Amino acid sequence: MNRGNAAPASEMPKHDDADIFVDVRDVKLNYKAGDSSTLALDQTNMTLKRGEFVAIVGPSGCGKSTLLKLASGLRRPTEGEIVVDGSPVLKPIKIVGMAFQNPTMLPWLRTIDNVVMPLKIVEPYRSKFRTEKAKYRQMAASLLTEVGLGKFQDKYPWELSGGMLQRASLCRALIHDPRLLLLDEPFGALDAFTREDLWQVLQKLWMERNPTVILVTHDLREAVFLADTVHVMSARPGRVLVTHKVDIRRPRTLDDLFTDKASKLVHELRSHISHDRSV
Amino acid sequence: MRAWGMVERVFPLLAIIAFFILWEIACTVFQVPVFILPKPSEFLGDLIRRWPAILPNAVQTLYTTVVGFALGVAVGAAIGACIGLSRFVYRVTYPLLIGFYSVPKIAVVPILVIWFGIGTVPAILTAAIMCLFPVVVNVATGLATTEPELEDVLRALGASKFDILRRVGLPRSMPYFFASLKIAISLAFVGTVVAETVAANIGIGSMMILASSTFDVPLVFAGVFLLAVLGVAMYAIFAAIEGYVTFWARRSADIAA
Repeated sequence: MNRGNAAPASEMPKHDDADIFVDVRDVKLNYKAGDSSTLALDQTNMTLKRGEFVAIVGPSGCGKSTLLKLASGLRRPTEGEIVVDGSPVLKPIKIVGMAFQNPTMLPWLRTIDNVVMPLKIVEPYRSKFRTEKAKYRQMAASLLTEVGLGKFQDKYPWELSGGMLQRASLCRALIHDPRLLLLDEPFGALDAFTREDLWQVLQKLWMERNPTVILVTHDLREAVFLADTVHVMSARPGRVLVTHKVDIRRPRTLDDLFTDKASKLVHELRSHISHDRSV
Repeated sequence: MRAWGMVERVFPLLAIIAFFILWEIACTVFQVPVFILPKPSEFLGDLIRRWPAILPNAVQTLYTTVVGFALGVAVGAAIGACIGLSRFVYRVTYPLLIGFYSVPKIAVVPILVIWFGIGTVPAILTAAIMCLFPVVVNVATGLATTEPELEDVLRALGASKFDILRRVGLPRSMPYFFASLKIAISLAFVGTVVAETVAANIGIGSMMILASSTFDVPLVFAGVFLLAVLGVAMYAIFAAIEGYVTFWARRSADIAA
């Protein structure tokens, strides 16, 4: 299989059918806590093309978040393997950016310094941090401006609203230009209008930078609005039940969600999940 | 609202003054003998009149307390860090620590005297032991409560345990640490004075024991007053440092902190 892993990501064509970036193969995961063990994932298979935006939906506790931990290398599967960019994931892979429902900004740093933070950790930025600090802060500032937080970069996180914090959290996830962006219900705690704003922000950032994205969400409209592909997972032990392509041109607008095509898709996704719950 | 802020600032001072005035009046009205309860005017007068004799004792007590405090905080922070970072160390050493904590510290003074003789060393060590535990507990708590999500964000980037400790664990445990310093400095005073009353020839504690053995009650109260003033002053210093270093901790209480 041609994975084309020699060329740097930026030179890769946007959608090449042969170019699989993330490959989840027959993954099974057992959580062991004391004597009891829980089968969180079973027989999970999934592939993501480079630059694809994938959403994973499913009932609570179906192992969606677990899948993100596996993809980032924070956890190892009990069986099966995950291949990212041609090599199996054995330890944290350092090319990921992550954002969660809880924005977890550090309260003692100004927003801009929170966004710069990952560059103090990850190479190649880390070793150049002292000399390039001004440049890195500039990168953070322009990213913050892009999500509409330019004026708030010197505020402390506790001076920002929930939606602003989540914007900053997205910036922090993207500052090192990750090739894989893992989002675990990032907008779950926001009100509906703020959430819709952030969908558009995220779509814009993704279209400009084109990382491969895995978005875990409970919100089917969110999945349809943002994703190229939606995977529906079953209740525990989680595995992929069905996969839907979302065939709506980009950039999408909120109005697109009210078209027949989109509503039908949301409805269909909904029925898979209800069906699985009633079994 | 601004006026109310001023009032709030002035009231504590008024409360202190009112306390001493009431004391003075009560002693005068009920004609309390000076060897039972001296009036504030009496022991404050004594404090000023005999200041040259009292000063070396105050300096000694302050010196002992600060050295003991520094020692206790350094050792306490180190132990707290070990416990907070490792579940294993926590489980192994906690019962032992609670055991040490439960021993009344005054019971340790005679042992220290056997080892180090009468003087400054046992007092410093008593002060250090007194302020050790709040520091240990608070530093350990601060380090053990890092948010798992944030740890994930950084670990996914290849952060080592040490990176996370330096960037997240240590700064976030600072409010706990400074909160414990305020308690520790007060406890260090207690430790010093306890040791001085038992085993020292100089220091406020020793001075008070001497004074009480000659029924010099105003001097005893002058000592108590001096200890209170020193305690409040040290507490205020550490509260101010805390406010400066961890300004973010109080306002962020409602945000994922």
